Amino acid sequence: MNAHHTPPVAALELDSVSFIHRGHTLLKPTTLRLAGCQRTLIMGPNGAGKSLLMRLAHGLLTPTNGTVRWQGEPPPQAMVFQRPVLLRRSALDNLTFVLAINKTPRPELKGLSRKAQAMSALEKFGLPHLARRPARVLSGGEQQRLALARAWLLNPQVLFLDEPTSALDPAAIKAVEDAVLEFHHSGTRIVMTTHDLHQARRLANDVLFLHNGELLEHTLANDFFKAPASRDAEAFIRGELVW
Amino acid sequence: MKKVTAFITVGALGLTFSGTLMAADDYITLASTTSTENSGLFDAIIPTFTEETGIEVRVVAVGTGQAFEIGRRGDADSLLVHDTAGEEQFVADGYATERLDVMYNDFVIVGPSADPASIRDSDTATDAMQRIAESESPFASRGDDSGTNRAELRLWEDAGVTPQGEWYRELGSGMGPTLNTAAGMDAYTFTDRATWVAFKNPQDLTLLFDGDEALFNQYGSLLLSKERHPHLKHDLAAQWHQWLVSEQGQQAIADYEVDAQQLFFPNAE
Amino acid sequence: MLTSDNAFSTALALILNMDDALISIVVLSLQVSLMAVFIASLMALPLGAALALWRFPGRNVVIVALNALMGLPPVVAGLCVYLLLSRAGPLGEWGLLFTPTAMVIAQVILVLPIIAALTRQQVEALHGEYAEQLNSLGLTRSRMIPTLLWDARFALLTVILAGFGRASAEVGAVMIVGGNIDGVTRVMTTSIVLETSKGNLPMALGLGIILLTLVTMINAIAHVIGETAKRRLG
Repeated sequence: MNAHHTPPVAALELDSVSFIHRGHTLLKPTTLRLAGCQRTLIMGPNGAGKSLLMRLAHGLLTPTNGTVRWQGEPPPQAMVFQRPVLLRRSALDNLTFVLAINKTPRPELKGLSRKAQAMSALEKFGLPHLARRPARVLSGGEQQRLALARAWLLNPQVLFLDEPTSALDPAAIKAVEDAVLEFHHSGTRIVMTTHDLHQARRLANDVLFLHNGELLEHTLANDFFKAPASRDAEAFIRGELVW
Repeated sequence: MKKVTAFITVGALGLTFSGTLMAADDYITLASTTSTENSGLFDAIIPTFTEETGIEVRVVAVGTGQAFEIGRRGDADSLLVHDTAGEEQFVADGYATERLDVMYNDFVIVGPSADPASIRDSDTATDAMQRIAESESPFASRGDDSGTNRAELRLWEDAGVTPQGEWYRELGSGMGPTLNTAAGMDAYTFTDRATWVAFKNPQDLTLLFDGDEALFNQYGSLLLSKERHPHLKHDLAAQWHQWLVSEQGQQAIADYEVDAQQLFFPNAE
Repeated sequence: MLTSDNAFSTALALILNMDDALISIVVLSLQVSLMAVFIASLMALPLGAALALWRFPGRNVVIVALNALMGLPPVVAGLCVYLLLSRAGPLGEWGLLFTPTAMVIAQVILVLPIIAALTRQQVEALHGEYAEQLNSLGLTRSRMIPTLLWDARFALLTVILAGFGRASAEVGAVMIVGGNIDGVTRVMTTSIVLETSKGNLPMALGLGIILLTLVTMINAIAHVIGETAKRRLG
């Protein structure tokens, strides 16, 4: 899928990035480059360091060693977490909140009032009837879609998602995956972690495979699933490697 | 619901802020003692003064020791206390320019009606105090360096007694709380008559001894020094000071009664 | 003899007769305490939030000190303010001693630590929950303060009520800095002390009942507002 963004999404480079906490090496020195507008899925068993790698890439954590570098200006990014963090306000107000902070609207929404922009985002993600509802009483799937709507309004070039569907039922999972594809379709690079193989097969263009804090593989999705290079990856695909 | 919330909030804030508007009337701050306050004297005579002069008198009622401290610090415009020796010292130290006799009453000794120390039979105040000490009957002392307390301690001295022991209880309190405590522990105590007459919780306490000259309790008004504290309202305070010893003031004092008893006896020169 | 009967019937009689003196005492009590809580909150809410969000050397010392000041004896606070505002003191020029303003100042000192310390605790907990998401959205810590305070509003309402409870219940501070002057600085608590010292116990208790009723009413109103808002907004 070619990027529809002009200019193209800046590339992200990690150079020997490692993370040590209280004497434990949680991520071994890792070097990788993410370029182009892909859907990158980060996979691995629990405790492999997937979430950690994401947070380092997004800038929520500072590496102990090594550097995280964008080629050019760091682009606008957004992140969606496993459990959506919503404010004690209505769904609509959660959206107008980010519009108040982030003053660069999506080009197609330019000129609209904040409320109108927020409503448009709600419609896009199938939530307009919940505008006035307190965000915290929405179902898990609805909350996650609201989080995505919020991310949408930030007009991100890169969207990070940390196991966004692991707490959801199948219908909700599908809705979230469709939303992710929608993001990608409009030119946002996706970087997402999952432990669900089937989800990875559905969504991935390329795959990063981690185990025990080490990046073992970075290949195209098709290649990874057909012929994984490492034994750990092989075991993982067979469903044998849980942690 | 939103409207109700808004109404309540506005109301609360309005209530809160309206208090900041304080009328700047003509007034003086008078530091006086709890005994005069508790007796209700001020409620009776101040309105008369205010009507005549238009000056409000704001009474801060504290122990005599604290009243002197307030005067020294320049926080009050005038003083009305009952510790002649202390007042004279105050003038000598330069904090006041004048001290005048205003009124007197007397101290009395109250105690449990059973009177275990038999002070009813005493002829003199010192004899009564000696009997209490010898019988080691519970005695509640104010212990707060007030005029009353100083008078009580002078009596112990005259009686040749150093009051100490489990029976002598120093409370560090005003007259009212001391009476409350004495009533609660069935103890003797030394009080001014005015507070006693106006006191509403005597329980088993009754008046057991009075009448000795040694129990004379003189009240004096102090005119504070302009030099020491130039910022005070000396002119207004002087009017109050003069009024107390004037015919109207003295009459107002004499007219004040509780339960048909006159509590203060004017004796200005 | 003091029985609960006379106390309640005295209280009732007081309320029904509602003379001007009593009304002005009640109004002044509310003015002083509400004003003190208002001013203290304005300072303490952002202070508590900032303390929750920023790490700096000596932070733990500040937190412990703030927590300890929650237990500051009112009479000590009153004494300190007295020494400050007395003519012989550094701020004597302002002539604030024995005025309701002095009482508000003393109560602000008493209430501020409570609101700040408890706000810190609430905001810190909330921050733990929200930090990653808010950082991801690009909020600076300064910008987070109003967001977190508003999000914690229901818990903070209780915190503010705790501050109000402390202010309206205390007598040591207002007695010293206010002087319990009839018609000027006499509030409910100092009236109760005065009536007690006169031995007028039913009256004292009656005033106490009125004070309790007033404080309860305010708490009830706040509770209703809070619950209604909660229901409408999860």
